[in-house]
Amino acid sequence: MLYREAGQFKSTYAEDQQIFPIRQDRIAMLALLVVAFVVVPLTGDQYWFAAILTPFLVLSLATLGLNILTGYAGQLSLGTAAFMAVGAFMAYNAMLRIPHIPIVGAFIIGGLCAAVVGVIFGLPSLRIKGLYLAVATLACQFFVLWAINRIGWLSNYSSSGVITAQRIEIFGYPVDHSEGKYLLTLSIVSVMALLAKNLMRSETGRAFMAVRDMDVAASVIGIPMMKTKLLAFAISSFYCGVAGALYAFCYLGTVEPEAFTLDLSFRILFMMIIGGAGSILGSFLGAAFITLFPIFLNVVSKSLENALGIEISHAIVSNTEAMIFGGLIIFFLIVEPNGLARLWQITKEKLRLWPFPH
Amino acid sequence: MNFFIEVVAGGLLAGVMYSLVALGFVVIYKASGVFNFAQGSLVFFAALTFVSLMERGWNIWLALAVTLVAMVVLGIVIERTVLRPLVNQPPITLLMATIGLTFVLEGLSQLLWGSQPHGLELGIPDVPIEWLSEKWNINISQFDLFGALVAGVLVAVLAVLTQKTRIGRALRAVADDHQAALAVGIPLQHIWAIVWAVAGFVALVAGVMWGVRNGVQYALTFTALKALPVLILGGFESIAGAIVGGLIIGASEKLAEVYLGPYVGGGIESWFAYVVALLFLLVRPEGLFGEKIIDRV
Amino acid sequence: MILSVENVSLSFGGVRALQDVSFDVEEHEVRAIIGPNGAGKSSMLNVLNGVYHPQQGRIRFRGHEFRDMNSHEAASLGIARTFQNIALFKGMTVLDNVMTGRNLKMRCNFLEQALWLGRAKREELEHRHAVEEIIDFLEIQHIRRTPVGRLPYGLQKRVELARALAAEPVLLLLDEPMAGMNLEEKQDMCRFVLDVNDHYGTTIVLIEHDMGVVMDISNRVVVLDYGRKIADGTPEDVRGDQKVIDAYLGVARA
Repeated sequence: MLYREAGQFKSTYAEDQQIFPIRQDRIAMLALLVVAFVVVPLTGDQYWFAAILTPFLVLSLATLGLNILTGYAGQLSLGTAAFMAVGAFMAYNAMLRIPHIPIVGAFIIGGLCAAVVGVIFGLPSLRIKGLYLAVATLACQFFVLWAINRIGWLSNYSSSGVITAQRIEIFGYPVDHSEGKYLLTLSIVSVMALLAKNLMRSETGRAFMAVRDMDVAASVIGIPMMKTKLLAFAISSFYCGVAGALYAFCYLGTVEPEAFTLDLSFRILFMMIIGGAGSILGSFLGAAFITLFPIFLNVVSKSLENALGIEISHAIVSNTEAMIFGGLIIFFLIVEPNGLARLWQITKEKLRLWPFPH
Repeated sequence: MNFFIEVVAGGLLAGVMYSLVALGFVVIYKASGVFNFAQGSLVFFAALTFVSLMERGWNIWLALAVTLVAMVVLGIVIERTVLRPLVNQPPITLLMATIGLTFVLEGLSQLLWGSQPHGLELGIPDVPIEWLSEKWNINISQFDLFGALVAGVLVAVLAVLTQKTRIGRALRAVADDHQAALAVGIPLQHIWAIVWAVAGFVALVAGVMWGVRNGVQYALTFTALKALPVLILGGFESIAGAIVGGLIIGASEKLAEVYLGPYVGGGIESWFAYVVALLFLLVRPEGLFGEKIIDRV
Repeated sequence: MILSVENVSLSFGGVRALQDVSFDVEEHEVRAIIGPNGAGKSSMLNVLNGVYHPQQGRIRFRGHEFRDMNSHEAASLGIARTFQNIALFKGMTVLDNVMTGRNLKMRCNFLEQALWLGRAKREELEHRHAVEEIIDFLEIQHIRRTPVGRLPYGLQKRVELARALAAEPVLLLLDEPMAGMNLEEKQDMCRFVLDVNDHYGTTIVLIEHDMGVVMDISNRVVVLDYGRKIADGTPEDVRGDQKVIDAYLGVARA
């Protein structure tokens, strides 16, 4: 009843091509943005910003990057964390060595460096596909991490490769508190998500999906293989690079190369699968799920501890977490391979008819 | 010169270890076309179960037998709950499912047996073979040689199984075309159960050998990832390829670490194998023993 | 004469797919290629399209001469095609699939597309307009937002034709466009093919097994058998040619 489209006619193609063609969707999105930008900063506490919202946003961005490469363009990548690492360390170096550079400029540099690395390690995709390409991205993951550890210049010759992200200043105002970092992250992520959405529904997005679905046919109708695949790697790595820089500056603070291991790459892959491959919304849903789930588990185990009077070790909780994540991946792949995003779509379709059955 | 031979021999023998893990991948891929990313965690689970039983004072043969049964049961459960529902999905979906499986198995192993590292003793010491080291001044570990022997026997058994027996023929038929195999009456479910049981057995052998060499600890799962470059070199479907690939990767990795390592600060072993595999892929995507894949429109 | 195939020979290893085949295609005509299975018809189309490279011979198209053209160049020269086993992008909607046919005409780079400003927006809407005309023409408006993988075979073939038309080709290669269709669907498809030829003036080369279709809609026919050309002429000439009857058509039982 609330969600009916009746009466909303599209009389131009422009109207039809909107991101949110249904008016109720537009209102909902606006409300969400108001809540995110205004309500949350006024009412939230530090724990929420620092431990939940900011990492959720950063990982959503990284998942978005992976989605562009794997979900839309079909090139399986296990090197996401490596691109994030490049972004983090290069943004740090930009702040260190380029005087008076604005923080967003440093982030962009981090992203561009990650994009270059992405293109280099994406070159094999012109010859190899599928699982073999995944192994090539593994090479990237291990090599980049080794290089960051070994190349002293990257960590300003600190003894263990650890860097400390500099203070952020925007137009002279320091952004020290978790609230400020949250807002900065939110702004950057929102803008980049919009750009990604625009890109994926234009010719570039269609070219990516064509390469994913049947690359031989795509090249026969004129879509350039090399340019398309490398562009996918470049854009995806750029997004992951910026995510890495945000990870370092707005969340971790002190960054060691070990923060960007294969384990993180897998976690982001899980976010993409659970949220929905090939969906911008899915990136956010998957990241939300995997960020919130460990907290939920912790809460459950604490209440179990209290209720049963026993102690549940941290190891048990984290192993159970791993098992449930793995189990969920398998579950989603069997039941709904298109993830939470598709489930959300189905819910919306049902809502459009509610309260009528069909 | 002696040192070089030592390094090469050490590398080859280390490579044999990789081959043991790779064999498990090959067995499953050969029979079902599924790339089982979770093979490494199967190795880990087998090793951990075996060593935990041993530490509780069980007799070695009993521990082996029970672990083997556990692996077979685990394999059958996996086939039934994960693979069967996903039977017609594209390979990338199956791959991601086995990645999820990896996490389940790793969590399960540590939930059951804890996460401390364990040492494992089989009675064959990791010391240089005496007459080699005294006569020729070359140090090659007794245990490494034993590992090579075990691998050789395993490969021979697997080769005979797939090439000569009726079951082997059925396995190859199933790998080629599920529907056709069904059409001629091959019992698909039984075959897959057998396949996963064999893979479990291979995982146990690999797990025990690795456990003695490096101790049974979580890092074992990462070493298992090294089997991927081995498979790329040797082809995903070739048992002989797994051995040859393992030897090449093992030797080249060791040589690179010893001779190139000092120039770049060491630690090459973490990525060298993958880069070698990558370069190889660019030249010959189907591996040394694999078959060319042709895309038709 | 818009297309001329001269002495083309193509082999795969030991298999001779095409041997010394020559024929030409006039502008605006509908040319059929027929022959028994394995005669080399699809291979011939693949050669015209740049997917296969013949070992010998030349192809002349609109003044360009080549043997080793790749499929991307063929597409930019104005050659479009459909495939025997439907090469649509199953994960995308009908509208998106047809829009990919316009890719060679799109000029904006990815940055402009990401920002969705002026030029990118205008270009996307312009091409949407052109694509909608083709969608109207082929009567597939009702399924424009359906993912292609869910459509029945006959409609998928029509969508593939739409995608080929979206490129505004000069030469259209159709590989068994009527395969797997019932009588009604075939009649519809014939009507569309003839309309395309009529309305857009596109030259059409098609492979087809249904003799009724071939006789009705084609201007001239080439007959291949075991990689060689055995006849070339109007449908009536070819129908009466003894070699063709022996190889392919057969004789009605008395």
